Amino acid sequence: ASGAYPKRVKVVEVGPRDGLQNEKNLVPTPVKINLINMLSETGLQVIEATSFVSPKWVPQMADHTEVLQGIRKSPGISYPVLTPNLRGFQAAVAAGAKEVSIFGAASELFTQKNINCSIEESLERFEEVMRAAKEASIPVRGYVSCVLGCPYEGKISAAKVAEVSKKMFSMGCYEISLGDTIGVGTPGSMREMLAVVMKEVPVGALAVHCHDTYGQALANILVALQMGVSVVDASVAGLGGCPYAQGASGNVATEDLVYMLNGLGIHTGVDLQKLMDTGTFICNALNRKTNSKVSQASCRL
Amino acid sequence: MGTVPSALKHCLSYQHLLKEQLWIAEPPAAAHPAQEPQASGLPEYIKIVEVGPRDGLQNEKVIVPTDIKIELINQLSKTGLPAIEVTSFVSSKWVPQMADHKEVMRGIERHPGVQYPVLTPNLQGFHSAIAAGATEVSVFGAASESFSKMNINCSIEESIERFEEVTKSARNMNIPVRGYVSCALGCPYEGNVLPDKVAEVSKRLYGMGCYEISLGDTIGVGTPGSMKKMLEAVMKEIPLSALAVHCHDTYGQALANILTAMQMGVSVVDSSVAGLGGCPYAKGATGNVATEDVIYMMNGLGIKTGVNLCAVMEAGNFICTALNKKTNSKVAQASFSSGTIN
Repeated sequence: ASGAYPKRVKVVEVGPRDGLQNEKNLVPTPVKINLINMLSETGLQVIEATSFVSPKWVPQMADHTEVLQGIRKSPGISYPVLTPNLRGFQAAVAAGAKEVSIFGAASELFTQKNINCSIEESLERFEEVMRAAKEASIPVRGYVSCVLGCPYEGKISAAKVAEVSKKMFSMGCYEISLGDTIGVGTPGSMREMLAVVMKEVPVGALAVHCHDTYGQALANILVALQMGVSVVDASVAGLGGCPYAQGASGNVATEDLVYMLNGLGIHTGVDLQKLMDTGTFICNALNRKTNSKVSQASCRL
Repeated sequence: MGTVPSALKHCLSYQHLLKEQLWIAEPPAAAHPAQEPQASGLPEYIKIVEVGPRDGLQNEKVIVPTDIKIELINQLSKTGLPAIEVTSFVSSKWVPQMADHKEVMRGIERHPGVQYPVLTPNLQGFHSAIAAGATEVSVFGAASESFSKMNINCSIEESIERFEEVTKSARNMNIPVRGYVSCALGCPYEGNVLPDKVAEVSKRLYGMGCYEISLGDTIGVGTPGSMKKMLEAVMKEIPLSALAVHCHDTYGQALANILTAMQMGVSVVDSSVAGLGGCPYAKGATGNVATEDVIYMMNGLGIKTGVNLCAVMEAGNFICTALNKKTNSKVAQASFSSGTIN
């Protein structure tokens, strides 16, 4: 049965970080800055700007300091940045960051392959960041990857997702974004996973980060909304392929998400036309076609 | 989030995942209690109506040779699909792609347990279809006057009269008739379409003897919000078991709309292998929702369809190769690492 929907949804734009990070072409710093500035004009309240990781690991984000210092910071908009450890956190704060994010995972193998340590060890690293962030009064958002499946382990138990989410929430993360990293989830597995996680973390502190690799993202988001989730991550133009499936798509497109929310009468504050214009800009700059179906369709009502 | 190349190297291959993992294989025999469709208010079984060979190919630019059409349908017949829309008995002047309707109808294998409906816009088309061996037909109405005029050159009322001739003959010959209502969630000419209008046209088609009414979001503009409102109005006039949804994915909303329909009890879904068929009203835009993506969602929900996803992907791979185009199915895109399976 379809329940009532939230009246408002906060859309967290991850294109400049999660999106660009998974694009093959390196994007020049001025283009990144312009992208974020354009996004700042659309009504989006949260725009993930960059990642303070070593350029050895993620060359696309090597210009993190320049980007964070170069963007026009609109009042009322938050520009969180990724900080995988204390060093990255300190560099981020020195560059002017006012909000940071940390990335956990619900899969041991994924954590090993991705950041070369166990889940437990990664949480210890995050404790350091949390302590420093608390002292500096910097809010921290927590991500949990692989919540509906892992490219190495396959099926992931909802209990494990709940366990990791609970730990990160208790550490002090104000919000936990649950990521379907390889997009294998369906409304069934989304519902099951959320039901278990919601026993440990209040629904008001939950967000969903769905990948559209199997075309399931909007259906999964719909179910999450029906269960009371009111924060949804998305990427302008659906930027960012899936590194685990060659040629496959990744993030759900912000335009398609906003189109659906508009149709449901849910308030987002986002101007769809301005968003589409921004998507056109970055796709031209990247010399690629958009992954947003709304953008592809030129017939308007 | 870590180095990409090493992740790709060490990752389980997707073919391995396909065989091993629940999310892509047949739905589990004993569904996990938390995933039982009844618990979440969803139907236990969804009938999938495959419209690729007709609706799909009709909207493809390239004219497909007859033998390719026949091979596609034969492959689809082996997937477990219960209904495959084969062709359209319209004048080749209007729809050149379907000019070989007789040859296709006569040339395909007819598998037991599979229905092979064909479109018949009028009595002449109906007789021609029956002569060629058709055992089920479809008629196409619209919830918009402008669309009706632009598409078939007559008013809704006039089209209803034409269809009544077809259903009368069909009744005499015990031939089931399926009714389609186009523009159920919006019209390329009129814009918004009133749910009550959709209900009214549906009621006329059902009243004249159509056993099922397929509600089509012809330009894909619908969202879960408008789908719900439209279905609420139609369900006042037509029993749920006689309703189907035919969603286009032009704005990426199809699966969310189908889910909404299923949550309201609809248990028949139209789709097109490989998402064949663009939208004739929006250049470059996509059209039909891909059968593969629909089945993937159903499998994940523990809903039975009887359809083998891998077999559908093979048929999709076949027709895309023949059409020299990329698939519109995201599941197929994610599953083929080099354009071939296994």
